Amino acid sequence: MTHHTASAEELEALARHARWLVLSTVADAGAGHIGGPLSQMDLLLALYFNHLRIDPSDPHRDDRDRFVLSKGHTAIGLYTVLALRGYFDPAELATFDHGDSRLQGHPDMRMLPGIDASTGSLGQGLSVAVGMALGARLQQRDFHTWVLLGDGEIEEGMVWEAAYAASRYGLDNVTAIVDRNGLQQYGWPAGASDRFDRRDPWAGKDVGAIFRGFGWDVIDIDGHDHAEIDRALETACGARGSAGRPTVILAETVKGKGVSFTEGTYRWHNGIATADQLAAARAELGQPETVGVAR
Amino acid sequence: MIAQRQVWGETLVELGASDDRIVVVDGDLANSTKADLFAAAHPERFVEVGIAEQNMVGIAFGLSTLGYRPWLSTFGVFLTHRALDPIRMLVSQTGAAVRIAGAYSGLLNGRSGKTHQDVADLAIMRTMPGMTVLAPADEHEMRAAVRWAADHDGPLYLRIARDAVAPVFDIDTTWEDWAPRMLRDGGDITVVSTGVQTSRCVDAVRLLADRGIDARHIHVPMLKPLDEDRLAGLLGERVVTVEEHTMIGGLGGLVAEIVAARRSTQTVTRLGLADGWSESGPDAFLLDKYGLSASRIADRIVGVHSRPVGTPGV
Repeated sequence: MTHHTASAEELEALARHARWLVLSTVADAGAGHIGGPLSQMDLLLALYFNHLRIDPSDPHRDDRDRFVLSKGHTAIGLYTVLALRGYFDPAELATFDHGDSRLQGHPDMRMLPGIDASTGSLGQGLSVAVGMALGARLQQRDFHTWVLLGDGEIEEGMVWEAAYAASRYGLDNVTAIVDRNGLQQYGWPAGASDRFDRRDPWAGKDVGAIFRGFGWDVIDIDGHDHAEIDRALETACGARGSAGRPTVILAETVKGKGVSFTEGTYRWHNGIATADQLAAARAELGQPETVGVAR
Repeated sequence: MIAQRQVWGETLVELGASDDRIVVVDGDLANSTKADLFAAAHPERFVEVGIAEQNMVGIAFGLSTLGYRPWLSTFGVFLTHRALDPIRMLVSQTGAAVRIAGAYSGLLNGRSGKTHQDVADLAIMRTMPGMTVLAPADEHEMRAAVRWAADHDGPLYLRIARDAVAPVFDIDTTWEDWAPRMLRDGGDITVVSTGVQTSRCVDAVRLLADRGIDARHIHVPMLKPLDEDRLAGLLGERVVTVEEHTMIGGLGGLVAEIVAARRSTQTVTRLGLADGWSESGPDAFLLDKYGLSASRIADRIVGVHSRPVGTPGV
């Protein structure tokens, strides 16, 4: 299983490529999410290229680290990373949401090898990860379980049921990452302190303090800074077997990151780029015309 | 007479001794459901989650991805209703080997009343693709069902009654298959029942015989998957379904679907709980008031039988 392969420069290039694949694939499918897949992209690339102990040629191997995309609606972001990491040919991205595809609108573990849990209905992934981590402890296995949540998603009560259980069991073999992109699909009108054009789901509330109150360790990072991401993932993973408590990484991100017209606006939660927008995005991301889904 | 919940707990203890895949995930009710027997015998494989039914399902699913076959332990109503969404996405849609133990099912739940009664579990769970739905008649069929479940690969719902009923089957009951079984043959009317209501129907059918009505009695221990042709072939001209469950969508709905889909000439009368909520009270009071005691069932069936053949069912 591979580990620590991509440099910061390589991750930057992968991120530009992956963001273009997300935008162009969704445009080709005529449906799909943009803002979340782009905000979480640097986190996913760091996990899949530098931290997860996985083997794309043997996606079901027993001792692999687990990853649960609790915010399942951002599936196209995960599919893109899996393809670039070698789980399947990136050309298959063209089948996304087309019917008869392994690349469902939300991740399906029974259809696509590399997906550790089916998700889509929000708020359930942390419970799943807690079950995996409890099982690993029962079986005395050393894998780590990672779960990515959205900051809109953690409005769901089931998340907090799981947060309670994880710390009740002192699980240091599970790490939650919250993609704090500060927007959700619709939300509330923006206030003075909000970063973007709608209210931050947790405006006026201290998410870190809430997790600490539940007995978690909390790491705050810039979710687009490769060095900070790397350090946080290393710290969280290093806590396994010693911390006696779970870790959450609160990653401040920008919804729609990397493409000027999608950044920081709730309207690009999902959406279809026009031909002009695609051309502009391609130029911004520095992608040659030969890359991306054929239209 | 032993209560089904007691047998469920005892059988899991027995199976758990040799089957490491069995874990129990509890929602703070182990001393009601009798999962506390398992907790005492196999503490390392007993996972207390607290009062958080959705989380129970998520954790059980996570455990199932590592080869475990988790049983969920809480009042069934909080699983089939409150935790239905995780059951739908994580269990049914993935075909995970999660076992949903619907404890305190039906009307009789120790005087807790309508907030804790699950009278729609069969209707809800049989709409879940891939879900096996079991409703044993007594303690002995319960033991057989729990043992059978140990080697079943997919998701499963098991209806468990709180209080003991008169046994219908023998202590060494094991079924080759879980298809509908004819308990008594008779030519005047066909009574189809499921769950522990079958035990009360055995008595009801005896009362009918005393009143000159020769009833055929069929027990349906597994509502899904179901050999519909076999069940259809067992039905006489007049059919009465009886269940400790809403008359909407459970066994009665199922039989009506089968008959209607075949454009058969049978009339189906569905006896169960009317479309309304009930109340808290002693078992005998509830069974009598809501029409499910042996004598009330017998009376209701006499009423059906007194109408001319061909009278529409209700």
